[in-house]
Amino acid sequence: MRFLDEYRDAAGAKALAAEIRRAVTRPWTLMEVCGGQTHAIVRFGLDALLPAELTLAHGPGCPVCVTPLETIDRALAVASRPGVIFCSFGDMLRVPGSRDDLLRVKARGGDVRIVYSPLDALALAEKNPGREVVFFAVGFETTAPANAMAVFQAARRGVKNFSALVSHVTVPPAIAAIMSALDNTVQAFLAAGHVCAVMGTREYEPLARKFRVPIVVTGFEPLDILDGVLRCVRQLESGRAEVENSYARAVRPEGNERARQVLADVFEVVDRNWRGIGPIARSGLALQPAYADFDAEKRFRVEGIRVVESPECRAGLVLRGRLKPSECPAFGTSCTPERPLGATMVSSEGACAAYWRYRRDGAAHA
Amino acid sequence: MLSVSGEDLTRGARVSFGGIVKEVSLAYCPEARVGDHVIVHVGFAISRVDEDEARKIFETLKELGETP
Repeated sequence: MRFLDEYRDAAGAKALAAEIRRAVTRPWTLMEVCGGQTHAIVRFGLDALLPAELTLAHGPGCPVCVTPLETIDRALAVASRPGVIFCSFGDMLRVPGSRDDLLRVKARGGDVRIVYSPLDALALAEKNPGREVVFFAVGFETTAPANAMAVFQAARRGVKNFSALVSHVTVPPAIAAIMSALDNTVQAFLAAGHVCAVMGTREYEPLARKFRVPIVVTGFEPLDILDGVLRCVRQLESGRAEVENSYARAVRPEGNERARQVLADVFEVVDRNWRGIGPIARSGLALQPAYADFDAEKRFRVEGIRVVESPECRAGLVLRGRLKPSECPAFGTSCTPERPLGATMVSSEGACAAYWRYRRDGAAHA
Repeated sequence: MLSVSGEDLTRGARVSFGGIVKEVSLAYCPEARVGDHVIVHVGFAISRVDEDEARKIFETLKELGETP
Protein backbone atom coordinates (compact mmCIF):
# COMPACT_ATOMS: atom_id res chain seq x y z
CA MET A 1 0.00 0.00 0.00
CA ARG A 2 1.35 3.45 -0.89
CA PHE A 3 2.71 5.55 1.97
CA LEU A 4 3.05 2.39 4.03
CA ASP A 5 5.32 -0.12 2.34
CA GLU A 6 8.06 2.34 1.43
CA TYR A 7 8.19 3.47 5.06
CA ARG A 8 8.98 -0.09 6.09
CA ASP A 9 12.09 -0.33 3.92
CA ALA A 10 14.78 -2.28 5.78
CA ALA A 11 17.77 -0.57 4.16
CA GLY A 12 16.33 2.85 4.95
CA ALA A 13 15.70 1.78 8.55
CA LYS A 14 19.29 0.59 8.90
CA ALA A 15 20.63 3.84 7.45
CA LEU A 16 18.60 5.90 9.92
CA ALA A 17 19.67 3.64 12.78
CA ALA A 18 23.32 4.12 11.76
CA GLU A 19 22.78 7.89 11.73
CA ILE A 20 21.24 7.68 15.21
CA ARG A 21 24.29 5.74 16.44
CA ARG A 22 26.57 8.43 15.02
CA ALA A 23 24.55 11.17 16.74
CA VAL A 24 24.43 9.60 20.22
CA THR A 25 27.22 10.32 22.69
CA ARG A 26 25.49 9.56 26.01
CA PRO A 27 22.41 7.90 27.52
CA TRP A 28 18.98 9.35 26.78
CA THR A 29 15.43 8.24 27.57
CA LEU A 30 12.74 8.94 24.99
CA MET A 31 9.05 8.21 25.36
CA GLU A 32 6.77 7.35 22.48
CA VAL A 33 3.39 8.65 23.54
CA CYS A 34 1.14 6.58 21.34
CA GLY A 35 0.31 2.90 21.71
CA GLY A 36 0.29 2.55 17.93
CA GLN A 37 3.94 3.58 17.95
CA THR A 38 4.70 1.13 20.77
CA HIS A 39 3.24 -1.68 18.67
CA ALA A 40 5.32 -0.69 15.63
CA ILE A 41 8.50 -0.51 17.76
CA VAL A 42 7.93 -3.95 19.27
CA ARG A 43 6.60 -5.54 16.08
CA PHE A 44 9.48 -4.40 13.86
CA GLY A 45 12.10 -4.69 16.61
CA LEU A 46 13.09 -1.05 16.18
CA ASP A 47 14.41 -0.79 19.74
CA ALA A 48 16.93 -3.52 18.87
CA LEU A 49 18.33 -1.29 16.08
CA LEU A 50 19.05 1.53 18.51
CA PRO A 51 22.32 2.02 20.38
CA ALA A 52 22.45 0.84 23.99
CA GLU A 53 22.54 4.45 25.21
CA LEU A 54 18.94 5.01 24.09
CA THR A 55 15.97 3.84 26.13
CA LEU A 56 12.47 3.93 24.65
CA ALA A 57 9.89 4.21 27.41
CA HIS A 58 6.39 3.24 26.32
CA GLY A 59 3.83 5.94 27.03
CA PRO A 60 0.19 6.21 28.13
CA GLY A 61 -1.28 6.62 24.63
CA CYS A 62 -3.59 3.65 24.66
CA PRO A 63 -7.11 5.02 25.09
CA VAL A 64 -8.68 1.73 26.05
CA CYS A 65 -5.98 1.18 28.68
CA VAL A 66 -6.49 4.50 30.45
CA THR A 67 -10.31 4.46 30.44
CA PRO A 68 -11.18 4.50 34.16
CA LEU A 69 -12.33 1.27 35.75
CA GLU A 70 -15.54 2.91 36.94
CA THR A 71 -16.34 3.99 33.37
CA ILE A 72 -15.94 0.36 32.29
CA ASP A 73 -18.27 -0.69 35.11
CA ARG A 74 -20.79 1.96 34.04
CA ALA A 75 -20.55 0.65 30.46
CA LEU A 76 -21.19 -2.88 31.70
CA ALA A 77 -24.22 -1.69 33.66
CA VAL A 78 -25.68 0.08 30.62
CA ALA A 79 -24.89 -2.80 28.24
CA SER A 80 -26.70 -5.22 30.59
CA ARG A 81 -29.97 -3.28 30.38
CA PRO A 82 -32.74 -4.95 28.38
CA GLY A 83 -33.57 -2.99 25.22
CA VAL A 84 -30.12 -1.45 24.91
CA ILE A 85 -27.87 -1.95 21.90
CA PHE A 86 -24.39 -1.20 23.23
CA CYS A 87 -21.87 -0.26 20.54
CA SER A 88 -18.13 -0.22 21.07
CA PHE A 89 -14.83 -0.42 19.25
CA GLY A 90 -13.67 -4.03 19.27
CA ASP A 91 -10.73 -3.84 21.63
CA MET A 92 -12.90 -2.62 24.51
CA LEU A 93 -14.77 -5.93 24.72
CA ARG A 94 -12.25 -7.87 26.76
CA VAL A 95 -11.13 -4.98 28.95
CA PRO A 96 -11.73 -6.11 32.52
CA GLY A 97 -14.10 -4.15 34.71
CA SER A 98 -14.17 -4.89 38.45
CA ARG A 99 -15.92 -8.21 37.97
CA ASP A 100 -16.89 -8.52 34.33
CA ASP A 101 -16.23 -7.46 30.76
CA LEU A 102 -18.39 -6.59 27.75
CA LEU A 103 -17.76 -9.94 26.11
CA ARG A 104 -19.27 -11.75 29.11
CA VAL A 105 -22.24 -9.36 29.16
CA LYS A 106 -22.73 -10.28 25.49
CA ALA A 107 -22.45 -13.99 26.27
CA ARG A 108 -25.21 -13.59 28.87
CA GLY A 109 -27.50 -12.10 26.23
CA GLY A 110 -26.61 -8.43 26.30
CA ASP A 111 -26.83 -6.83 22.85
CA VAL A 112 -23.20 -5.69 22.56
CA ARG A 113 -22.03 -4.85 19.04
CA ILE A 114 -18.64 -3.99 17.62
CA VAL A 115 -18.70 -0.97 15.33
CA TYR A 116 -16.00 0.33 13.03
CA SER A 117 -17.17 3.96 13.20
CA PRO A 118 -19.40 5.92 15.59
CA LEU A 119 -21.57 6.72 12.57
CA ASP A 120 -22.41 2.99 12.39
CA ALA A 121 -23.87 3.30 15.90
CA LEU A 122 -25.89 6.33 14.86
CA ALA A 123 -27.20 4.45 11.81
CA LEU A 124 -28.21 1.55 14.09
CA ALA A 125 -30.18 3.98 16.25
CA GLU A 126 -32.03 5.34 13.23
CA LYS A 127 -32.80 1.80 12.05
CA ASN A 128 -34.01 0.66 15.49
CA PRO A 129 -36.20 3.48 16.82
CA GLY A 130 -37.66 1.20 19.50
CA ARG A 131 -34.26 0.47 21.03
CA GLU A 132 -31.80 2.60 22.98
CA VAL A 133 -28.47 2.67 21.15
CA VAL A 134 -25.46 3.63 23.26
CA PHE A 135 -22.02 4.29 21.85
CA PHE A 136 -18.93 3.90 24.05
CA ALA A 137 -17.01 7.04 23.12
CA VAL A 138 -13.42 6.63 24.25
CA GLY A 139 -10.18 7.73 22.67
CA PHE A 140 -7.67 10.52 22.30
CA GLU A 141 -8.00 13.60 20.10
CA THR A 142 -7.76 11.38 17.01
CA THR A 143 -11.02 9.59 17.77
CA ALA A 144 -12.85 12.39 19.58
CA PRO A 145 -13.82 14.32 16.39
CA ALA A 146 -15.46 11.22 14.90
CA ASN A 147 -17.40 10.62 18.11
CA ALA A 148 -18.27 14.31 18.35
CA MET A 149 -19.65 14.18 14.80
CA ALA A 150 -21.95 11.26 15.69
CA VAL A 151 -23.41 13.27 18.60
CA PHE A 152 -23.56 16.44 16.49
CA GLN A 153 -25.49 14.65 13.74
CA ALA A 154 -27.76 12.89 16.23
CA ALA A 155 -28.69 16.30 17.66
CA ARG A 156 -29.24 17.80 14.20
CA ARG A 157 -31.38 14.92 13.02
CA GLY A 158 -33.24 14.55 16.33
CA VAL A 159 -32.21 10.93 16.93
CA LYS A 160 -33.58 10.60 20.45
CA ASN A 161 -32.69 6.95 21.06
CA PHE A 162 -28.95 7.58 20.61
CA SER A 163 -26.56 8.43 23.42
CA ALA A 164 -22.85 8.25 24.15
CA LEU A 165 -20.89 7.10 27.17
CA VAL A 166 -18.04 9.57 26.90
CA SER A 167 -14.58 9.20 28.39
CA HIS A 168 -12.17 11.02 26.11
CA VAL A 169 -8.63 11.96 27.09
CA THR A 170 -6.08 14.39 25.68
CA VAL A 171 -2.31 14.12 25.26
CA PRO A 172 -0.77 17.45 26.35
CA PRO A 173 -1.91 17.26 30.00
CA ALA A 174 -0.52 13.71 30.15
CA ILE A 175 2.88 14.94 28.91
CA ALA A 176 2.80 17.66 31.57
CA ALA A 177 1.92 15.07 34.24
CA ILE A 178 4.76 12.77 33.18
CA MET A 179 7.27 15.63 33.15
CA SER A 180 6.04 16.89 36.54
CA ALA A 181 6.44 13.53 38.28
CA LEU A 182 9.31 13.60 40.78
CA ASP A 183 10.65 10.28 39.51
CA ASN A 184 10.42 11.21 35.84
CA THR A 185 13.20 9.92 33.60
CA VAL A 186 11.81 10.96 30.19
CA GLN A 187 13.97 13.50 28.34
CA ALA A 188 12.20 13.72 24.96
CA PHE A 189 8.88 12.76 23.43
CA LEU A 190 7.78 11.24 20.15
CA ALA A 191 4.38 12.94 19.97
CA ALA A 192 1.48 11.03 18.46
CA GLY A 193 1.20 11.85 14.76
CA HIS A 194 -2.51 11.27 14.32
CA VAL A 195 -3.45 13.23 17.43
CA CYS A 196 -1.47 16.12 15.94
CA ALA A 197 -3.14 15.65 12.53
CA VAL A 198 -6.30 16.78 14.35
CA MET A 199 -4.95 19.20 16.95
CA GLY A 200 -1.90 20.59 15.18
CA THR A 201 1.46 21.19 16.81
CA ARG A 202 1.07 24.56 18.53
CA GLU A 203 -0.24 23.34 21.88
CA TYR A 204 3.08 21.50 22.33
CA GLU A 205 5.20 24.66 22.13
CA PRO A 206 4.50 25.78 25.73
CA LEU A 207 5.22 22.24 26.97
CA ALA A 208 8.58 22.08 25.19
CA ARG A 209 9.49 25.48 26.67
CA LYS A 210 8.20 24.90 30.19
CA PHE A 211 9.80 21.48 30.66
CA ARG A 212 12.77 22.09 28.34
CA VAL A 213 11.91 18.88 26.52
CA PRO A 214 12.18 18.11 22.80
CA ILE A 215 8.83 17.05 21.31
CA VAL A 216 8.93 15.52 17.84
CA VAL A 217 5.63 14.80 16.11
CA THR A 218 6.13 11.32 14.73
CA GLY A 219 4.33 8.86 12.44
CA PHE A 220 3.78 5.16 12.86
CA GLU A 221 5.91 3.30 10.34
CA PRO A 222 9.48 2.17 11.02
CA LEU A 223 11.14 4.99 9.03
CA ASP A 224 8.83 7.53 10.70
CA ILE A 225 9.70 6.33 14.17
CA LEU A 226 13.43 6.17 13.50
CA ASP A 227 13.33 9.67 12.00
CA GLY A 228 11.49 10.87 15.12
CA VAL A 229 14.14 9.26 17.34
CA LEU A 230 16.95 10.81 15.27
CA ARG A 231 15.43 14.28 15.56
CA CYS A 232 14.97 13.86 19.33
CA VAL A 233 18.59 12.72 19.72
CA ARG A 234 19.96 15.62 17.67
CA GLN A 235 18.01 18.07 19.84
CA LEU A 236 19.13 16.43 23.08
CA GLU A 237 22.77 16.26 21.99
CA SER A 238 22.77 19.95 21.01
CA GLY A 239 20.82 21.11 24.07
CA ARG A 240 17.73 22.21 22.16
CA ALA A 241 14.12 21.69 23.32
CA GLU A 242 11.82 22.40 20.40
CA VAL A 243 8.69 21.14 18.73
CA GLU A 244 9.57 19.48 15.43
CA ASN A 245 7.32 17.83 12.90
CA SER A 246 8.63 14.59 11.45
CA TYR A 247 5.17 13.63 10.15
CA ALA A 248 4.51 16.63 7.91
CA ARG A 249 2.87 14.49 5.24
CA ALA A 250 -0.15 14.25 7.56
CA VAL A 251 0.28 17.00 10.18
CA ARG A 252 -0.10 20.75 9.59
CA PRO A 253 0.79 23.22 12.37
CA GLU A 254 -2.85 24.29 12.67
CA GLY A 255 -4.18 20.71 12.62
CA ASN A 256 -7.60 19.98 11.21
CA GLU A 257 -9.60 23.14 11.87
CA ARG A 258 -12.99 21.66 11.00
CA ALA A 259 -12.45 18.79 13.39
CA ARG A 260 -11.31 21.14 16.14
CA GLN A 261 -14.42 23.27 15.64
CA VAL A 262 -16.80 20.34 16.06
CA LEU A 263 -14.77 19.09 19.04
CA ALA A 264 -15.14 22.46 20.76
CA ASP A 265 -18.84 22.57 19.95
CA VAL A 266 -19.67 19.12 21.33
CA PHE A 267 -17.12 18.61 24.12
CA GLU A 268 -15.84 20.59 27.07
CA VAL A 269 -12.54 20.13 28.89
CA VAL A 270 -12.88 18.34 32.26
CA ASP A 271 -10.63 16.71 34.84
CA ARG A 272 -10.20 13.01 34.13
CA ASN A 273 -9.07 10.00 36.11
CA TRP A 274 -6.71 7.80 34.05
CA ARG A 275 -6.78 4.09 34.80
CA GLY A 276 -3.51 3.06 36.40
CA ILE A 277 -2.23 6.63 36.50
CA GLY A 278 -4.73 8.66 38.52
CA PRO A 279 -6.41 12.01 38.09
CA ILE A 280 -4.95 14.54 35.64
CA ALA A 281 -6.41 18.04 35.68
CA ARG A 282 -8.14 19.21 32.50
CA SER A 283 -7.11 16.07 30.63
CA GLY A 284 -10.53 14.85 29.56
CA LEU A 285 -13.34 15.73 27.21
CA ALA A 286 -16.98 15.37 28.20
CA LEU A 287 -20.23 16.41 26.51
CA GLN A 288 -21.07 20.11 26.66
CA PRO A 289 -24.21 20.90 28.70
CA ALA A 290 -26.02 21.64 25.40
CA TYR A 291 -25.64 17.95 24.52
CA ALA A 292 -26.58 16.60 27.97
CA ASP A 293 -29.58 14.78 26.43
CA PHE A 294 -27.11 12.52 24.64
CA ASP A 295 -25.15 11.66 27.78
CA ALA A 296 -25.63 7.93 28.46
CA GLU A 297 -24.37 8.28 32.05
CA LYS A 298 -27.24 10.65 32.79
CA ARG A 299 -29.83 8.81 30.69
CA PHE A 300 -29.17 5.48 32.42
CA ARG A 301 -28.31 6.97 35.82
CA VAL A 302 -25.00 5.18 36.20
CA GLU A 303 -23.05 8.19 37.48
CA GLY A 304 -23.28 6.78 41.00
CA ILE A 305 -21.17 3.72 40.14
CA ARG A 306 -17.79 4.28 41.79
CA VAL A 307 -15.06 1.68 42.23
CA VAL A 308 -11.42 1.45 43.28
CA GLU A 309 -8.73 -0.22 41.18
CA SER A 310 -7.11 -3.44 42.32
CA PRO A 311 -3.43 -3.03 43.28
CA GLU A 312 -2.53 -6.39 41.69
CA CYS A 313 -2.20 -5.01 38.14
CA ARG A 314 0.88 -2.90 37.53
CA ALA A 315 -0.43 -1.40 34.28
CA GLY A 316 -0.02 2.07 35.77
CA LEU A 317 3.75 1.65 35.85
CA VAL A 318 3.68 0.32 32.29
CA LEU A 319 1.56 3.27 31.16
CA ARG A 320 4.03 5.73 32.67
CA GLY A 321 6.98 4.01 31.03
CA ARG A 322 8.39 2.86 34.38
CA LEU A 323 8.00 -0.87 33.83
CA LYS A 324 8.41 -2.92 30.66
CA PRO A 325 5.60 -5.47 30.27
CA SER A 326 8.15 -8.30 30.30
CA GLU A 327 9.39 -7.10 33.71
CA CYS A 328 5.97 -7.49 35.32
CA PRO A 329 5.73 -10.64 37.47
CA ALA A 330 2.15 -11.21 36.29
CA PHE A 331 3.03 -11.01 32.56
CA GLY A 332 2.20 -14.30 30.86
CA THR A 333 1.51 -16.02 34.18
CA SER A 334 -1.46 -14.63 36.09
CA CYS A 335 -2.11 -12.14 33.25
CA THR A 336 -2.75 -13.24 29.65
CA PRO A 337 -5.07 -11.95 26.90
CA GLU A 338 -7.58 -14.67 27.88
CA ARG A 339 -7.47 -13.70 31.57
CA PRO A 340 -6.14 -10.14 31.66
CA LEU A 341 -5.48 -8.29 34.90
CA GLY A 342 -5.41 -4.95 33.12
CA ALA A 343 -6.48 -3.31 29.91
CA THR A 344 -2.91 -3.02 28.59
CA MET A 345 -2.98 -6.78 27.94
CA VAL A 346 -6.04 -6.73 25.67
CA SER A 347 -6.11 -3.40 23.86
CA SER A 348 -4.79 -3.31 20.30
CA GLU A 349 -2.63 -0.40 21.44
CA GLY A 350 -1.67 -1.79 24.84
CA ALA A 351 2.03 -2.29 25.55
CA CYS A 352 1.48 -5.63 27.31
CA ALA A 353 -0.50 -6.87 24.30
CA ALA A 354 2.38 -5.86 22.01
CA TYR A 355 4.91 -7.81 24.09
CA TRP A 356 2.56 -10.78 24.27
CA ARG A 357 2.05 -10.81 20.53
CA TYR A 358 5.56 -10.17 19.28
CA ARG A 359 7.88 -10.93 22.17
CA ARG A 360 6.37 -13.59 24.37
CA ASP A 361 9.79 -15.08 25.05
CA GLY A 362 11.24 -11.57 25.37
CA ALA A 363 11.85 -11.82 29.10
CA ALA A 364 14.09 -14.83 28.57
CA HIS A 365 16.19 -13.12 25.90
CA ALA A 366 16.18 -9.53 27.15
CA MET B 1 -9.88 7.66 -2.81
CA LEU B 2 -11.92 5.98 -5.54
CA SER B 3 -15.12 8.05 -5.63
CA VAL B 4 -16.94 10.79 -3.73
CA SER B 5 -20.62 11.29 -2.91
CA GLY B 6 -22.87 13.48 -0.75
CA GLU B 7 -22.49 17.04 0.47
CA ASP B 8 -20.96 18.82 3.44
CA LEU B 9 -21.30 16.78 6.65
CA THR B 10 -22.54 13.70 4.83
CA ARG B 11 -19.88 13.92 2.11
CA GLY B 12 -18.14 10.58 1.88
CA ALA B 13 -15.75 8.59 -0.23
CA ARG B 14 -15.06 5.03 -1.17
CA VAL B 15 -11.47 4.47 -0.12
CA SER B 16 -9.30 1.51 -1.03
CA PHE B 17 -7.02 0.25 1.75
CA GLY B 18 -4.63 -1.86 -0.29
CA GLY B 19 -7.60 -3.39 -2.12
CA ILE B 20 -10.18 -3.47 0.68
CA VAL B 21 -12.75 -0.77 -0.06
CA LYS B 22 -14.54 1.06 2.76
CA GLU B 23 -16.93 4.00 3.06
CA VAL B 24 -15.22 6.94 4.74
CA SER B 25 -16.67 10.25 5.93
CA LEU B 26 -15.11 13.38 4.43
CA ALA B 27 -16.81 15.69 6.95
CA TYR B 28 -13.35 16.69 8.21
CA CYS B 29 -11.54 16.54 4.89
CA PRO B 30 -13.65 18.62 2.50
CA GLU B 31 -10.59 19.37 0.35
CA ALA B 32 -9.95 15.71 -0.51
CA ARG B 33 -10.47 14.68 -4.15
CA VAL B 34 -10.61 11.38 -6.03
CA GLY B 35 -7.07 10.04 -6.35
CA ASP B 36 -5.86 11.66 -3.11
CA HIS B 37 -4.47 9.58 -0.28
CA VAL B 38 -6.07 10.26 3.10
CA ILE B 39 -5.35 9.22 6.67
CA VAL B 40 -8.46 7.45 7.97
CA HIS B 41 -9.36 6.90 11.59
CA VAL B 42 -12.59 5.17 12.76
CA GLY B 43 -14.31 5.87 9.46
CA PHE B 44 -13.27 9.50 9.13
CA ALA B 45 -10.62 11.01 6.88
CA ILE B 46 -8.65 13.26 9.24
CA SER B 47 -5.87 14.42 6.92
CA ARG B 48 -4.92 14.47 3.25
CA VAL B 49 -1.43 13.08 2.62
CA ASP B 50 0.90 15.79 1.32
CA GLU B 51 2.94 14.01 -1.34
CA ASP B 52 5.78 16.57 -1.38
CA GLU B 53 6.24 16.17 2.37
CA ALA B 54 5.96 12.40 2.00
CA ARG B 55 9.03 12.36 -0.25
CA LYS B 56 11.27 14.24 2.18
CA ILE B 57 12.42 11.29 4.26
CA PHE B 58 13.65 9.59 1.08
CA GLU B 59 15.63 12.70 0.17
CA THR B 60 17.20 12.58 3.65
CA LEU B 61 18.05 8.93 3.11
CA LYS B 62 19.65 9.78 -0.22
CA GLU B 63 21.83 12.32 1.57
CA LEU B 64 22.78 9.56 3.99
CA GLY B 65 23.84 7.50 0.98
CA GLU B 66 20.83 5.19 0.96
CA THR B 67 18.56 4.69 -2.04
CA PRO B 68 15.65 2.55 -0.91
